Amino acid sequence: MARYLFWRLIDAAPTVFLVLTLVFVAMRILPGDPALAALGDNALPEQLAAFREAMGLNLPLWKQYLNFLWSVVTVDFGRSLIQNRPVLDLIAYNLPFTIELTLVATLIGVVVGVPLGVLAATHRNRLPDSAVRLYSLIGYAIPDFYLGALLLIVFSLNLGWFPINGGGGLFWDRMYHIILPAMTLAFLKSSFMGKLTRTSLLEVLGRDYIRTARAKGAREPRVLYRHGLRNALLPLTTGLGISLLATLSGSVAVELVFNRPGMGALLISAISERDYAVIQAGVIVFALCVVAVNLAIDLAYIVVDPRVRVQA
Amino acid sequence: MSATLPLDDRIAPEPSPFAIVRAVFLSRPAVLAAVLVIAVFVVVAAFAPWLAPYDPLAQSFAKINRPPSAAHWLGTDQFGRDVLSRLIYGSRNSLIIGFLSPAIAAIVGATLGVIAGYFGGVTDRVISRMVDLLISFPELLLAIIISAALGGGFWNIVFVLSAAFVPGFARVARAQTLSIKHEPYIEAAVAVGLRSPKIILRHIAPNIAAPIVALVTLWTASAIRLEASLSFLGLGTQAPHPSWGNIIRDGLNNLFGSPWPIVAAGLAITLVALSLNLFGDAVRDALDPDTAQ
Repeated sequence: MARYLFWRLIDAAPTVFLVLTLVFVAMRILPGDPALAALGDNALPEQLAAFREAMGLNLPLWKQYLNFLWSVVTVDFGRSLIQNRPVLDLIAYNLPFTIELTLVATLIGVVVGVPLGVLAATHRNRLPDSAVRLYSLIGYAIPDFYLGALLLIVFSLNLGWFPINGGGGLFWDRMYHIILPAMTLAFLKSSFMGKLTRTSLLEVLGRDYIRTARAKGAREPRVLYRHGLRNALLPLTTGLGISLLATLSGSVAVELVFNRPGMGALLISAISERDYAVIQAGVIVFALCVVAVNLAIDLAYIVVDPRVRVQA
Repeated sequence: MSATLPLDDRIAPEPSPFAIVRAVFLSRPAVLAAVLVIAVFVVVAAFAPWLAPYDPLAQSFAKINRPPSAAHWLGTDQFGRDVLSRLIYGSRNSLIIGFLSPAIAAIVGATLGVIAGYFGGVTDRVISRMVDLLISFPELLLAIIISAALGGGFWNIVFVLSAAFVPGFARVARAQTLSIKHEPYIEAAVAVGLRSPKIILRHIAPNIAAPIVALVTLWTASAIRLEASLSFLGLGTQAPHPSWGNIIRDGLNNLFGSPWPIVAAGLAITLVALSLNLFGDAVRDALDPDTAQ
């Protein structure tokens, strides 16, 4: 198992490298001049030249690429031109809000979604199943930012139960601020996890070892949870990874709706203010988050499924 | 000697196109309703100039933030623009981009996937590695990253959304190609000396088309939601031109003025996405029974 862990970590290195290269390609080689993008169409030629000089954009491409990689290795993302602060400070302030939101939403989504899926699978083609199906149909169709805006209008604006914007200060205040944004993302996640749990569980419940378990007199809850759900954990873990990443990207729009601080809010405002250093750093952070989540899910397989351990 | 079975009994007949259409449309009442909803939105988008009661860009500061009334069925926004007209014109952007991007992505992605699957070797390894990497990114994140570099505008959005869906199509096309690569009819085509492009176009493409088409319909809903998300984030359709996403964006800046633009535009997105999902599931069940649940 330690060996598997080791090789999986080693294997992540080229992935990180490839992701960074892709980010570089996207930011530098795609049509469009970063200087022009940053300063706008009305910029004077001298301003553009000064900007390229300051950002190292007139160096040869390979040198820019090395500088780019070096800036990641040394975790030095430069300064924000708009806020005149180190980009690292901005990330250190915003990233915890995004992680917090993603984790709370994931927790609620799984705690609600998995039991819904179990309920649907055990009541196949009956009322609870149809209800869960309708629930996930809506969850698959409604955009997160729309649901967030509706919750904001009803619960913050009209009823005044929750704050209209911000991320909160101390722990309880932060938890109070996180409820509506987290519910928004959790609704989509629970519909996804519910549908996935139903499908995976129904597949497992059709297997021979379930019949064996029932035949030898195991009680239904034990059959369901020890034999059924336990074996459905592998597809559920994969699904959890997908939905964790979906929640991470969904948090971008939800942060905007609730006017919350966070990486999404930081990136989007940097794009609209053409704050080049922040855009680049924000994209890198999101890309590395994706790699990290995928790595975490791969490691979770070891815990969830002993067969992976043996193969490794 | 009547021992040989008639041919028909041994080989299951291909379902006729008519049978497929019937299976898709009449399988469930919900699917029929979904098709009707999609048809209505397509008609609305196509005839927007004749159906919209007002100019979607015309501002009128004499009547801002009006609630719904006989003159303005969905009220007016903070610039006094008619919300219904903006919604009707917005459907054009949403639907055209939503239908176009998965189609383009399918062509590009399937080409890459078939090349990887058919030729194998280094080509396959390079393409597969990229696909594996890109597919681990949620489409929205990929779209945000690319449009951060590219900026908004109609063709840029189409490019961004297509690019976000390419890896998914490539993976499916590769898997499908691998599964039929060693079928006798492909090996026969190789044996008689057909060139690779001809084998791919004449023998592989038609045989992997069904799951790809099913995915296109299924992902149209995702594309519409993605376009809305991008426009909501200010990275898609640019103001003042309406799209469902940026109507909600404008609405959020005007929360205390009128909630109607948000409610109406979001309902439109949800309704279309819901209908397309139902329709897409039915198409997949009919074309690709293997993966149907």
